[in-house]
Amino acid sequence: MALLEIKDLHATVGEREILQGISLTVEAGEVHAIMGPNGSGKSTLAQVLAGRELYAVTGGQVLYQGQDLLAMPPEDRARAGIFLAFQYPVEIPGVSNMYFLKAALNAIRKQQGTDELDAFDFLNLVREKMTLLDMDQALLNRPVNTGFSGGEKKRNEIFQMAVLEPKLAILDETDSGLDIDALKLVAHGVNALRGAERSMIVVTHYQRLLNYIVPDYVHVLAEGRIVKSGGKELALQLEESGYAGLGIADEEEAVGKV
Amino acid sequence: MTAVAEQIGNWLSEFSAQAPAAPWVQKLRAAAFQRFTELGFPTTHDEEWRFTNVAPIARRPWRNPPGHPASGLPEEARRHLAQHAPQSNPFVALNTAFFTDVAFFHVSHGAVLDKPIEVTHQAAGGAAAYHPRTLILVGANAQCTIVETFEGAGSYFTNAVTEIVAGENAVVDHYKIQLESREAYHVATTQVQLGRSANFTTHSISVGGALVRNDVNAVLSEGAEATLNGLYLVNGSQHIDNHTVIDHAKPHGTSHELYKGILDGKSSAVFNGRIIVRKDAQKTDSKQTNKNLVLSDEAVIDTKPELQILADDVRCTHGATIGQLDSEALFYLQSRGIGKSDARSLLTYAFAQDIIDRIKVPELKDRLEKVLFERFHEHAQ
Repeated sequence: MALLEIKDLHATVGEREILQGISLTVEAGEVHAIMGPNGSGKSTLAQVLAGRELYAVTGGQVLYQGQDLLAMPPEDRARAGIFLAFQYPVEIPGVSNMYFLKAALNAIRKQQGTDELDAFDFLNLVREKMTLLDMDQALLNRPVNTGFSGGEKKRNEIFQMAVLEPKLAILDETDSGLDIDALKLVAHGVNALRGAERSMIVVTHYQRLLNYIVPDYVHVLAEGRIVKSGGKELALQLEESGYAGLGIADEEEAVGKV
Repeated sequence: MTAVAEQIGNWLSEFSAQAPAAPWVQKLRAAAFQRFTELGFPTTHDEEWRFTNVAPIARRPWRNPPGHPASGLPEEARRHLAQHAPQSNPFVALNTAFFTDVAFFHVSHGAVLDKPIEVTHQAAGGAAAYHPRTLILVGANAQCTIVETFEGAGSYFTNAVTEIVAGENAVVDHYKIQLESREAYHVATTQVQLGRSANFTTHSISVGGALVRNDVNAVLSEGAEATLNGLYLVNGSQHIDNHTVIDHAKPHGTSHELYKGILDGKSSAVFNGRIIVRKDAQKTDSKQTNKNLVLSDEAVIDTKPELQILADDVRCTHGATIGQLDSEALFYLQSRGIGKSDARSLLTYAFAQDIIDRIKVPELKDRLEKVLFERFHEHAQ
């Protein structure tokens, strides 16, 4: 049984159909990259898999470990091992990073039938994972993502992933807005978490990230459909010829384009 | 008899039945009762009471349990008692006509109290009206913390007045914790007179009561600083009205005001913050903020800043917000495995957090954290 099976998935926001029939199978341990221009539906796919109610699923099916994923509320998906690294991590003033992460970890552990961690063990775990991402421990006592730089927010996402140890991690443009040093750090964190029991869907606009997180498969998304799939070499081909080389219009706004 | 006359009539017989107090107190009482009969209970036609209908208080024949009539108050108490709180407020007049014992504290010149002054009012229900009266005089350069707590069980009416006079350079940290029974009516005025360069902070935490009205009035002398913070939680059919007046009477005063409200069910709340900057109160610096979190479709908040600025070299800012729980933040928490109702209570708690964080008395902070946590859990279900 595949870990994740997406079959002919359709989703809309308002009147607009954003996902127009996506099918994708992810086996345990595989890393799939999903590339595509702005507006192709990459982030929508990531959010639909995590259970964002903003999007209405209008057709198709998603099976996770053989279960109907779309029938599960977001918290149950997380407890079953799905993790979404947000493209835009949300600031939550008034809730400390530490409290938040402990509540999340214990909710997941409870579901999996393991004991809740006490404060001491939790702190040890957190320190170890912070070292992996070279994060300042002071961030633990700050409110979730509040006043963090863009790079700190993205690192905080991967740090959470390291603590929560999901079975399926979905990284939504984790590379966007990062300088090369931060990108390497994030990729290093992600690579350290790769393993036979952990699958990943890496959503990105740019090939650059895939130099550091080397995928098993690459899928190109355009207008809500996968238009091309291949191995990691497909990403390199895209880098050379651009989306236009595949006959795909890139809707990127002209502002600041060089 | 008209309804108004009938309401006053009940109070008149209660007034006549009072045990006599010292002559000077008796004089205050008589003048105040006269004032009350002239004013009557306010109606929603009065601008000050537009959003708060006190008819449920006015129409009930409350019983005034006998207390110990004020006696033995020293000369300085006589100089200040009932000299500051506005007698134009009918509830203040009613309190002055009916208070019995007075909680009087005098912190002498230069004294620094390391423990808070705690005044706890425990009401017993039984359709009784209570008129707690508190007078606190803080001498020049003195420093103290005051915690006033209101609690009770059953149906009753608390009508409290507290007068605080802070001398030159005094530092006063005040807390008013309103945890009345859900069947109780609570009306309270806190009147604060601040001497030159005095520093006053108050936190008004309002959680209980069926119908609640809090008035906080601060008058600032030259260079004085006042911080008025408030947190009100309403659900069910509760109504809590917070009126504040910050009167910058002299130059170089500073005031900060932050009131936050959390509303659920069919509840309603009012925030009315008046800031007066008198003609010679130049270089006043004043900031007012009111933020509301509305958790249901049926809750109603009326928020109104009122700035009366007569000086020309001042800085005054004000802002009010009304919002719901952030759906993105909710999704973020859920996406990490935190259940929806826990996520809602966590975000609700977070909204109130910055007010709670400012409470400097550790035992009080702990107690309130527990009260709020339980309350928000109830909200989230």
